[in-house]
Amino acid sequence: MEKFTTHTGVGVPLRRSNVDTDQIIPAVYLKRITRTGFEDALFAAWRGDADFILNKDEYKNGSVLVAGPDFGTGSSREHAVWALKDYGFKVVIASRFADIFRGNSGKQGLLAAVVSQENIELLWKLLDAEPGKEITVSLEDRTVTCGELTVPFEIDDYVRWRLMEGLDDIGLTLQHEEDITAFEATRAGWRPTTLPAKHLPSVEIEAARPVA
Amino acid sequence: MGTTLAEKLWDNHLVRKGQDGAPDLIYIDLHMCHEVTSPQAFEGLRLAGRQVRRPDLTIATEDHNTPTLDIDLPIADETSRKQVNKLRENAAEFGIRIHSLGDADQGIVHVVGPQLGLTMPGMTVVCGDSHTSTHGAFGSLAFGIGTSEVEHVLATQTLPLKPFKTMAINVNGTLPKGSTAKDIILAIIAKIGTGGGQGYVLEYRGDAIRALSMEARMTICNMSIEAGARAGIIAPDDTTFEYVKGRPHAPEGEDWDQAVDFWRTLVTDDDAVFDAEVDLDANDLEPFITWGTNPGQGLPLSASVPNPEDFADEAEREAAANALEYMGLTPGTPFREIPVDTVFLGSCTNGRIEDLRAAAAILEGRTKAEGVRLLVVPGSARVRLQAEAEGLDKIFKDFGAEWRNAGCSMCLGMNPDQLRPQERSASTSNRNFEGRQGKGGRTHLVSPLVAAATAVRGTLSSPDDLVDAPAALV
Ligand code: SF4
Repeated sequence: MEKFTTHTGVGVPLRRSNVDTDQIIPAVYLKRITRTGFEDALFAAWRGDADFILNKDEYKNGSVLVAGPDFGTGSSREHAVWALKDYGFKVVIASRFADIFRGNSGKQGLLAAVVSQENIELLWKLLDAEPGKEITVSLEDRTVTCGELTVPFEIDDYVRWRLMEGLDDIGLTLQHEEDITAFEATRAGWRPTTLPAKHLPSVEIEAARPVA
Repeated sequence: MGTTLAEKLWDNHLVRKGQDGAPDLIYIDLHMCHEVTSPQAFEGLRLAGRQVRRPDLTIATEDHNTPTLDIDLPIADETSRKQVNKLRENAAEFGIRIHSLGDADQGIVHVVGPQLGLTMPGMTVVCGDSHTSTHGAFGSLAFGIGTSEVEHVLATQTLPLKPFKTMAINVNGTLPKGSTAKDIILAIIAKIGTGGGQGYVLEYRGDAIRALSMEARMTICNMSIEAGARAGIIAPDDTTFEYVKGRPHAPEGEDWDQAVDFWRTLVTDDDAVFDAEVDLDANDLEPFITWGTNPGQGLPLSASVPNPEDFADEAEREAAANALEYMGLTPGTPFREIPVDTVFLGSCTNGRIEDLRAAAAILEGRTKAEGVRLLVVPGSARVRLQAEAEGLDKIFKDFGAEWRNAGCSMCLGMNPDQLRPQERSASTSNRNFEGRQGKGGRTHLVSPLVAAATAVRGTLSSPDDLVDAPAALV
């Protein structure tokens, strides 16, 4: 994972609350089995609308999304984060994020910055007044700067540290493998295992057919 | 001071306490996989040269983009077929148990786990699917995770996590006839909002919850995520133990006694303090439906389409206006006059045997409203077999419903079962987001009873609206 310290890029005001992950990336795109190449899927339903913000030239190269509250609610699909990243977004700013979305972002190096709704409104105004205006996000100082305006953002200390160090989670956990093995030794014998597989007798399942 | 159930489960699975702001390391007892959120995780393992640490705590099934017709033929949609094949390959390569299409134990992950007796009290259960909260009904800490976490669990059987906050949802009183667990949870979400549970584990408590069957408890925990919560949980009791007992993976003999002794300790202490509490009176509940495009936009069926102007909060007003436009609804229209095109009975929320029984009891001897399509999709192949053994399939077919094979089906627009643009559905699933059931589709979330009555009348209805309402409603 790349280290994240500061980022400067075009701010995109997305004046919508409750942007759920179905909106960020519709389910049909989840069928892919690769980890990259989801840029075309981002906000797919809205991209067909010529008035949608990302269809405007000024915002095409946007990399800092400024969204309404409760961003990323709904399904846990991490594809939402991949799609944002593949499109070129490095930062999403909102006053509230869904927990799973925020967790997924941190793991993928997408910064989810929590800014008060009051300050979001200010950012929206600035971005609307001057489409294509850049925003600088400093993870080091925990600030968002747009022109003259600098506002603070909140982020979990640990996530911040990991983003700044560019550290991968699995590697960190495997440093404690001995603890995991020791814990496993204490688990009660009655706890279920999936193997060897037990089930009721297998039965032939009849395929349903389309009704005429 | 005592501890809450969620905190007990946490302590019970603590591998390592996080230091200096680092998260705790929590052990995972059961990890379920499906075709959609796992391929990139397995790809990650392969890229890093890692193995699955505990294949014996992992299980996979195919559900999201599998068809519910012609399951013996190759999957027609190429990308779906690829994804399902990839899951099969990954399971073979990493030694993971898989239940594929056509297998009697195939079905929606959240139906399969409990049915095999793999979900029991006192566990940590994860899956790359937000409705993993379903398994909390057994008194387990169960939550959805993203694909990188799936990879993390595959590689380490643990997850680095920060403790959740706890919220008590006290539901007291007696649920009136015709109201169900679905109405309880829709009412809770309408009350606390889609963000109200954020960061919390919701513990559902009170005598109305205690009175519910396991199936009904699963319906409630299932939709905890729709209130934004990390998980939902219900303390295990005799109802739980009875449900688990005798299932394929349930402990036996002495192991069973030991397990039950432990499970009985899984309650919130009397002097424990929750971070938040919410009360709901079950006596007041009526059948609930959603009118908008998020599960918090719900009202009793007896009400009318709200007027956005009546919302005090500006964001809510705008959200309501957008939702009504998408849904094609006019303020003031009584819900009962809204005609639907499709009724979907199924999903991990309401696709279990009890749900099918409840709907069949209403449909029996009645005829379907003209022009309405009723899709009945069992949550798992076993649910289908059970229903057939009870003759429910015949009731559905006589009524004019389509009786399908198991899967997520119309719960999400990923397989052939989809709404057409502007088609309106009454659906027993859990999400009414724009396009969730197919591009442009309009979804009203309802209970199985409302779904059945709606299929009879053709407009959103409750069993009470049927002229010859059956005496004994579930
Ligand atoms: S039935 Fe719906 S909510 Fe449940 S797992 Fe399938 S897609 Fe998800």
